Amino acid sequence: MRREGYEHIPSGCAISGIFSRSGEAIGGETIIRSIEPMHDRSNGLGGGFAGYGIYPQYKDYYAFHLFYDDSAAKEACEAYLSRYFETVACGKIPTRRTPSITGEPLIWRYFLAPLPHALSDSQLDEREYVVRRVLHVNANIEGAYVFSSGKNMGVFKAVGFPEDVGRYYRLEEYAGYCWTAHGRYPTNTPGWWGGAHPFALLDCAVVHNGEISSYDANRRFIEMFGYACTLKTDTEAITYILDYLVRKRRLTLEEAAGVIAAPFWQTIEAMPEPRRTRAAYLRKAFPSLLVTGPFSILVGFEGGLMALNDRLKLRSMVVGERGDRVYVASEECAIRAVEPELDRLWSPGGGQSVVVTLDRKGGA
Amino acid sequence: MAIDFLYPLYEVVRDPQRCICCRACERQCANEVHHYDVDFGCMMSDESKCVACHRCVSLCPTRALKIVKTDHTFKENENWTGKTISEVYRQAGTGGVLLSSMGNPEPYPIYWDKLLINASQVTNPSIDPLREPMETFTTLGAKPQAIERDENGDLVDNMPPQLTLNVPVMFSAMSYGSISYNAHASLARAATALGTYYNTGEGGLHQDFYAYGEHTIVQVASGRFGVHADYLNAGAAVEIKMGQGAKPGIGGHLPGIKVGEDISRTRMIPEGTDAISPAPHHDIYSIEDLRQLVYSIKEATHYKKPVIVKIAAVHNVAAIASGIARSGADIIAIDGFRGGTGAAPTRIRDNVGIPIELALAAVDQRLREEGIRDRVSVVIGGSVRSSSDLVKAIALGADAVYIGTAALLALGCHLCRSCQTGKCNWGIATQRPDLVRRLNPDIGEKRLVNLITSWDHELKEMMGGMGINSIEALRGNRLMLRGVGLTQKELDILGVKHAGE
Repeated sequence: MRREGYEHIPSGCAISGIFSRSGEAIGGETIIRSIEPMHDRSNGLGGGFAGYGIYPQYKDYYAFHLFYDDSAAKEACEAYLSRYFETVACGKIPTRRTPSITGEPLIWRYFLAPLPHALSDSQLDEREYVVRRVLHVNANIEGAYVFSSGKNMGVFKAVGFPEDVGRYYRLEEYAGYCWTAHGRYPTNTPGWWGGAHPFALLDCAVVHNGEISSYDANRRFIEMFGYACTLKTDTEAITYILDYLVRKRRLTLEEAAGVIAAPFWQTIEAMPEPRRTRAAYLRKAFPSLLVTGPFSILVGFEGGLMALNDRLKLRSMVVGERGDRVYVASEECAIRAVEPELDRLWSPGGGQSVVVTLDRKGGA
Repeated sequence: MAIDFLYPLYEVVRDPQRCICCRACERQCANEVHHYDVDFGCMMSDESKCVACHRCVSLCPTRALKIVKTDHTFKENENWTGKTISEVYRQAGTGGVLLSSMGNPEPYPIYWDKLLINASQVTNPSIDPLREPMETFTTLGAKPQAIERDENGDLVDNMPPQLTLNVPVMFSAMSYGSISYNAHASLARAATALGTYYNTGEGGLHQDFYAYGEHTIVQVASGRFGVHADYLNAGAAVEIKMGQGAKPGIGGHLPGIKVGEDISRTRMIPEGTDAISPAPHHDIYSIEDLRQLVYSIKEATHYKKPVIVKIAAVHNVAAIASGIARSGADIIAIDGFRGGTGAAPTRIRDNVGIPIELALAAVDQRLREEGIRDRVSVVIGGSVRSSSDLVKAIALGADAVYIGTAALLALGCHLCRSCQTGKCNWGIATQRPDLVRRLNPDIGEKRLVNLITSWDHELKEMMGGMGINSIEALRGNRLMLRGVGLTQKELDILGVKHAGE
């Protein structure tokens, strides 16, 4: 079987997210306990987590997490990165031997600062500069794969059930204001670690449950703007779409949701002004970024979390609140497992984005 | 000369037991095939005049008539076929260019028929269009290249002018002159009823049809027939016709016999004169000249109407389309080599240009590689025959399609390919008042609306099957297609995988 990335792989999944509005640090074991009851929504072919606010001591540096197939790939990648970044700290990501997790690649972590002269020579803004390096490594350096590249956040993923993956990465040793988790049920995969979720670019990490029917329309559009969809997964495409709309075109997250899960025209027609004009504008301006087919996604970003369902709500997703905590999951059991008593529990409608942010910026 | 005698291709078979000598066939046939023989007391036929349009067959009250292909034959020869031999005789006899009508009938590959459509199973639900919204509404035009916000941070509506289509099918350019007043009336009314557009073609816009302007695309071709400021502003969009799939490289032909008083006034040319458009636009000898015409039209229409540039699918169509996308055009229309026409030299119709499927795939891919696909919409035609062709076209990358031949079929055309004679028995490609009257615009409108409505239903069913509930998500979604029986090269150009992959 060929390595992931040669064909479009559909999959079903479980997702879960926890967010502290006050910026309180939540231990990594909590998110493991949340995703664990949804064991049957995964099939052991991929699990992963994203934590925000987990690297306070290095919060001003880009935290790159890398998978290497072998030391040659590591040498090639480090040589490449050294031309663009100063390495402030680096080392193996600590793991725990876990019988059910096999086939580990080399897993390394770097805290990087762009080299000032290289950045200014590139004539790019800093984030675009970093994105191009990430995309270059993933597309061109054989055997090296950047799976996390944001500041003060990190992605941890592997082939296995999510609860095993979490324990393998010793997530109990990390704490942050936001966590997302993913358990994967792909219909076919050669079991490559990079293909697990979350999928992340800069501080934006996406976990996704679904199979989007618009995949190739979205992919062929987004690839016009320098993105290379090397994994051929829906999550990768959605991450790039969000990056394009929010970072490059400067839409708000709600506006981006209005593109990805655009309201039906009949709904738009019934909207009062000026909402109607705005909704119609977004649909007409970015028609090729409409995502159809079932999906529920959680988008983590610096200081916030967005939950979004496809416009027909073809995948389950519930939101719970307790005090400053917001919980989102494929199933209610994932929320009740870590917070039996909730102030509020609801199921957002199709295409209705739920965005939560820290009460004060930088509250972590 | 005896050499020039060609045995008719089709024979009229009349069942004498059924024929009641009502002479309906005689009255219906503008080609004068049928006549009543008083001496013998029966109907006779002159097959040499028959074009196989089936008008007599359709109206015979006793079903006494049928048209059959003759079994008369030359000695069989794969190289010198009967058709080829006959054409040599005709040219040797007349010294003329062979003329034909409608689309290329030769047995070239039809790629639509070698593409198969996907459907959802298990991992992704299909969507039921009877129970869930299924959107086939689309807009055509350039998309905004920058997001602008006002002082409050609200989005500024800087959307360039768009065409809005309730269904991604438009009626392609057919001039008043090449087709009749009643055919135009049917198209204009149907486009209005359907919430889409019809296209005037290069013959100007009859005064009576200004009322349908909101659903009209007005065309500017190299002959500039009937072009004036009111005309340009009468439609919803202006189309510059650079080429036509049936006859790439040459201009339109309207024989003087079709130029009566009404056509003369609409085209702004003298009655009875041939209307022969120049092969090129004489103000466009290069791409930068096209840009000037595009902007001249935008100036004349106050930047309120999208400008379409229509080209024939020729060998380097992708590069040409890229140039057009950068010329300020809002929409590119590409016409394939099977597109129809009211009159074209046979050799050109049958040998010039390329299949629309390959042209579309190449153009869409090129525009994406250059990062300019959202600067223009792409409309294709020539020939889209059914809703499945439509689905495949959109999945390959088209924003919408033009249909011409299928629309004429809906009006009664039987594809006899004799439009150039001006004697269309179905009242479509003729200007003879007695023939034009045979096409009732009320019925024509209804049949066109029926056709497009049925295609729209089928389109929605196929989209739902794929788990797609909006036409935008199908556009360019080539993973929804697989090829069968195609070479790797053909698959590469189409950008699709083979079935089973």
